[in-house]
Order: sequence, then C-alpha cells, then structure tokens
Amino acid sequence: MFVAKDLAPLVPELFVAVSAMVLLLYGVFAKGNPTRTVVWASVLVLVVALVLVWQVPAGRQAVLSGMFVTDSFTAVMKSLVLIGSAVSLVLSVGFIRQEEMERFEFPVLLLLATVGMMMMVSANDLISLYVGLELQSLALYVVAAFRRDSERSTEAGLKYFVLGALSSGMLLYGASLIYGFAGSTNFTDLAKLFAGGHGHVSVGLVVGIVFLAAGLAFKVSAVPFHMWTPDVYEGAPTAVTAFFASAPKVAAMALFVRAIISPFGALVAEWQQIIILLAGASMLLGAFAAIWQKNIKRLMAYSSIGHVGFALVGLAAGTSEGVRGVVVYMAVYLAMTLGTFACILAMRQKNGLVEGIDDLAGLARTQPGMAFALAVFMFSLAGVPPLAGFFGKFYVFMAAINAKLYVLSVIGVLSSVVGAFYYLRIVKIMYFDAPGEPFLHPMPRELGVVAAVASLFTLLFVVFPMPILNGAAMAAKALFP
Amino acid sequence: MDALLREYLPILIFLGLAIGLAAVMGLVPFITARQKPDPEKLSTYECGFEPFSDSRKQFDVRFYLVAILFIIFDLEVAFLFPWAISLGEIGPFGFWSMMVFLGVLTVGFVYEWKKGALEWE
Amino acid sequence: MIVQAIAFYLFAAVTVGSAFLVITAKNPVHSVLFLILAFFNAAALFVLMGAEFIAMILVIVYVGAVAVLFLFVVMMLDINFVELRQGFQQYLPFGLLIGAILLVELILILAGSIAAPDALAPAASPAPSLDQVTNTHALGAVLYTKYIYLFQGAGLVLLVAMIGAIVLTHRKREGVKKQDSFAQFARRREEAVELKKVEPGQGIQ
Repeated sequence: MFVAKDLAPLVPELFVAVSAMVLLLYGVFAKGNPTRTVVWASVLVLVVALVLVWQVPAGRQAVLSGMFVTDSFTAVMKSLVLIGSAVSLVLSVGFIRQEEMERFEFPVLLLLATVGMMMMVSANDLISLYVGLELQSLALYVVAAFRRDSERSTEAGLKYFVLGALSSGMLLYGASLIYGFAGSTNFTDLAKLFAGGHGHVSVGLVVGIVFLAAGLAFKVSAVPFHMWTPDVYEGAPTAVTAFFASAPKVAAMALFVRAIISPFGALVAEWQQIIILLAGASMLLGAFAAIWQKNIKRLMAYSSIGHVGFALVGLAAGTSEGVRGVVVYMAVYLAMTLGTFACILAMRQKNGLVEGIDDLAGLARTQPGMAFALAVFMFSLAGVPPLAGFFGKFYVFMAAINAKLYVLSVIGVLSSVVGAFYYLRIVKIMYFDAPGEPFLHPMPRELGVVAAVASLFTLLFVVFPMPILNGAAMAAKALFP
Repeated sequence: MDALLREYLPILIFLGLAIGLAAVMGLVPFITARQKPDPEKLSTYECGFEPFSDSRKQFDVRFYLVAILFIIFDLEVAFLFPWAISLGEIGPFGFWSMMVFLGVLTVGFVYEWKKGALEWE
Repeated sequence: MIVQAIAFYLFAAVTVGSAFLVITAKNPVHSVLFLILAFFNAAALFVLMGAEFIAMILVIVYVGAVAVLFLFVVMMLDINFVELRQGFQQYLPFGLLIGAILLVELILILAGSIAAPDALAPAASPAPSLDQVTNTHALGAVLYTKYIYLFQGAGLVLLVAMIGAIVLTHRKREGVKKQDSFAQFARRREEAVELKKVEPGQGIQ
C-alpha cells in the first residue's frame, strides 16, 4: 500500500524536517554557543532542499491518499519559499548576535516553519492545508516573541497568536461547512464534483468558501483581516520581521491560490467578488495608511498589505494568466522585500538599531551604496518602470483587464500612484535632506551581499525576465489542467 | 447506536443520583440547621489583624512550563489508544508509523531533558 | 429514545449556561471551573452522538490537562480582573452584532441545506457502523496508515510546541547548587581522602 514511489515527492520536506531535528539535538549537546554553526548549517539545508525540490519526479503527483501534491506550481512556489527562508536566515546572522537573541532554537524554528510552508504549498486537502498552516504559524508565533525580555516582542507574539488562532478557527469552520455540503475535503474530488456541472451550489457551500477565504486572507494579511500586521511587524525583532514579510507571505499566497483555484475553479462566480473586495481594499489601505507612518518597519507592514492586494488582483481574475501574474508578483516582491530589509537591518547607529524614517536623512552622502540600493527598492516597490516591481504589477493588471475587471484595475493604478508618494518620500529624505547621525560603517558583509544581489535582480529583470516568466507560466498551467 | 447509548445508561442514572443526592445534602441544612449569618464568619481568618493581601498568590511561570509539557505528552498518549486497539489490522506499517511519531517526540524529549526544562532547581 | 432527547437538552442547556458563566463570572478561577463543567457536558454530547473516543479524549486532554493549565495561567497573571472587565460594556454592542451576523449565516445555511438536498449526495460515510466496530477501532484503522501524512505532521506540530514552550519560558537560574550524581560516582578514593601523618605537637598545615 505504501511504496518508495509515494515518498519520492516528499523528499525535500522530509530532508528539511529531519535536518531540523538533527540540528536541534546538535545544538543542545554542543559545547559553547552553537548558534552560528546551526544558522549556517540551516542555510545549507535550505539550499540542498532547493535542489531536491527540482529533483522530485516531474508532472503532477498526488500521493499519500491524495493529501500531498507536487507539480510545477509547487516546485516554483517552494523554491521561492526556500530562497526567502534561506536569505532571511543569512540576514539574521549579525542581528541575533547583537540583539542577544543568539540561541540555536531560532534557526531550528525557522526550519520547522519552512517545513510547514512547504506542506502548505503542497496541500491538496483541507486537512493537510490546516496541518501545514498550523505547523508554520506555531513556529512563527514563537519567533515573533523570541526576544522574550522585550515588551514589544512579547506583545507582538501574543497579538499574532490570539488573532492567528481566531483566523484558524474561521478557516476550520469554513472547511467543516465545505465538507458538510460537498462531502469531501480533497481538492481533486471537490474539483471533480463541481466540474460535473452540478449547476446548483448550495448556500452552505458558499458560506464555507467565504469562511475559508477569510481565514486565508488573515494569513496573507489582506484587508479587512490585516489589523495584526503593523503591530506584529513593528514589535517583532527586525530579522524576524524580514522573515515574516518574505517566505510566509509567499507560502500563504500559494496556499490561497491553490485552495481557491484547484477545488473551486469552476465556481469563479461564487468567490470572485470576495477576492475583488479583498484586493481592492488592501491596495487602497496599503496606499493611504502608509503615508503617515514614521517607523520604517510599520511602513513596510502597510506596504506589504498593499502588495498582497496587488497580487490578489491576479487571483481575482481567476485565469491561468492571472495566476501567472501572482507568481511573478510574489517572486519580484520577495526580492524587493528581502533587499529592503537588508538595508533596514543595516540602520545601526552607535546606540543600536534605529527604525525611524527620518534616521535615513542624508544617507546618500554618508553611504551612497546603501542609499542607491534602497532607492532602487523604493522605486521598484512604487512600480516605476523599468524596474522589476513595474512588471509585477503589469502582469496582474493585464490579467485583470483581460478578465474584464476594469474597476479593480483602475483602483489598482490609482493606489499605485498614491503609494508612489511615500516610497519616493524616502528617496527624497535620503538624497535631499541634511544628514543626521550616520550609520555604522561599513554595512555588515552578508547584508551588503543580499542588498546588492536583490538590487541587481530588480534592475536587470527588464533584461532577463524570461526565466521568471517561463517558470510562472509553467506553474500557472499546472493549476489549470 | 442505541446499543452504545444503552451501555451509558447506568452512568446517566448514576450521574442523576449523584447530583440529586448532592443537591439534597446541600439544601437540607438550609431548612433544618439553625443559622446566624455574620460577615465576619466569611472573612479570611488571620490571627488578630486584617489580612495584608489577597489570598491569591502569583504562581511561578515554571508551573506553566511543566503543565504544557504534560499536555504535549498527554496528546501523544491519546494517539496511542486507537493504535493499540487496531494494531492487529494495520500491520507492520502501522507499527512503524507510530514508531516514527514517537521518534519525533523523543527528539523533543531529549531536547527538553538536556535543556534542563524538567528540573525544578 | 425519549431519554436520549431529555439527556441531550439537559447537557446542551448546561453547556450553554456554563459557557455563559465562563465569561460573566467575577472570579477568574470560577470561570475556569465553569469551563471544566462545559467540557464535561460537551463530552456527554459527543457520547450522545456516538463519538465515544472524542468524548473520552475531551475529558482526558481538556479537563485533565488544558483546564489545569488555564488554572496555572490564571494564577500566574497579576491582573486586576475587575479593571480588565471595564471595557466589556463598551464592546458589547459590537460583539452582539458579530454574533447576530453569524447567527443569520447559520440560519441561511440551514435553509440552504433544506433547499438543496442533492448537494449532500456525494457525502460518503467512510466509517463502518457503530454496532460492528467501536469508534476507537475505526479511527485506528485509518489514522496511522491512510492518514500517515497528517499523523506525522501532527507529531511535528507537537515538537514545535515543545520547543516553543521551552524557548519562551525556560530560564537557567544562576547560582543554583545542584546534585550531580555522575560526578559523585566518578569520584575516586584518592581524590577524596588524603592521609597525613601528624607528628605529635606539630599540627597540620
């Protein structure tokens, strides 16, 4: 009943999980402080897993009673997740040492969260969706409160935990309604059921989908389920915020797309309005609320809410083209976010890290390299052509227009314009304001490398867009057989 | 279904009896005993002076850690019941499936032991 | 049958009543005790539905462990609960509104289920009849083989919970004298005892 063939698609997950346990035991038995070793070993594990993801048998495989699925969509999304986790770990090396968070459990928890994210991306059943999601969320709650002597960090962890538990409850309620009204939790079975042209869709099922979408919207922090994001992003230690904004966002978005498209693809009419509402509200709130922010982490929180809105525009289209837009958007978003957080983590003065936007004043004169990289990210986040951010927006809006979602596209363009205001304000502060107290010079090496690579990606996307576009198209095709 | 519930009928009757008896024993004194209520009778007794503080004392966070570790192993044991009952059917695969599960939790157990979370100090 | 109905309404009423008391009781310790009562009644409701295993797990895990944990947490906190409750009145209308919306949705679902009986058609009942196999047996037959992926996933979740609890609350206390039995056993006679020849009238240095 159970053969090695069934295990082949699971190899990357198994590898990361087993490595996490080995590193946990190594960490607890090692003499001295093993954190540095464990962090770099974890990065290595994630890189090996990235290779393994592309070694699993090609084509769609649903194994373990159809709970777990691999196809090109999971391969692409898992690669993004693994890159996001690995880079956030690299970014955290210096931070956890300086902020007295240097405990080996930190990288181990990040690895286990990554296992959860990979399970989310590969979920093909409402139950495996939930198990993956809880594995990821539980680890994230802990790392949010990781600096346990800081009031802000514990507050962030607690807030995240309470609201996360609430959203999990909504998600479970939705899942139980779907099971009750459709008779299955398996995405493949559900897709078959609805494709059969049942015609009549009961109200209970729609309510179930709404609850499921609400729970998922919380996890990607789409308006109106975004309230936790600014507080958690601001309160959590900065390296943790960098992680939150990257890998889990991509994983949750992948889960959102699969859980909506794969079982309910035939019911576009039932869920499209919900996604349109989420996308429109997120874009508007992300654009307007960010204007008044003085703390750069809080600004990034609102910015991420806005970007989730843009990515959801692609999902709202409900077409293969739209999903391709989502994948491209998440890839570009990942690069921009990680690069920006590399710069934020380098905002270190004599007395420690600073987070105010005003602290960036005159950065162009004191540290031109960092200022240039940050300016590139800001222009790209604003969506100024020919940077990567522009193309991300371009593909989702193209899909939206082809799906006749004109109003949503107009809202999107308007909120990009408003959003550009605060991104460009940062550039103005860096280049035209009088310098304040300079940051410690030079930037730590690993932060510099990440910022440089990310800004190169952002700049050169226009020249070499094909690998990302092809990968995204391949991934999208897997969801629309 | 009915057969199952019939097995529980004695428990229901027992429960009814227990609640009824407890209620009677609690209520009878109100009727039969002599009562002279006085607020002082209900106040905290501390030899000769007013109580300094609330009778509720703050617990150490270590109690919480012990309790949560207990819950985790409690849940693990909950998984063992159905396994033990159906082991004959699920064969070696089911057996090793549980061994892997226990292995994962043993890793956790070794970690917490080595970390000193089980020591009271 | 009538006994079953009476039992259901009794347990359901006590569940709802004690759940209400959980949030209105003045003393948080009383709230926890009412919560335990609610758990017990929920377990009885599960028995009435024929879900014995879940009922017993509810008693073992929730009453036996979770409720005790809640008690510890309540005792650990240093909060003036009267003060905490001040905002309650202020949020009450909002809470009622959300409750009303959920209620309306539930009614809609109920109406939907009556209007669309065919939607339930594909719902297969994978569990064998209760007369042949017990709950626990039926669960065991699938949980460790068919659903091994979820089972092992649950194991990982428990591992994360364990690490998380220790990371967040465990502290090494400084200056605690501990007994190290291995060091004691490993000690040899030569390290412990020193024989000195003491000359009369000289003393020991």
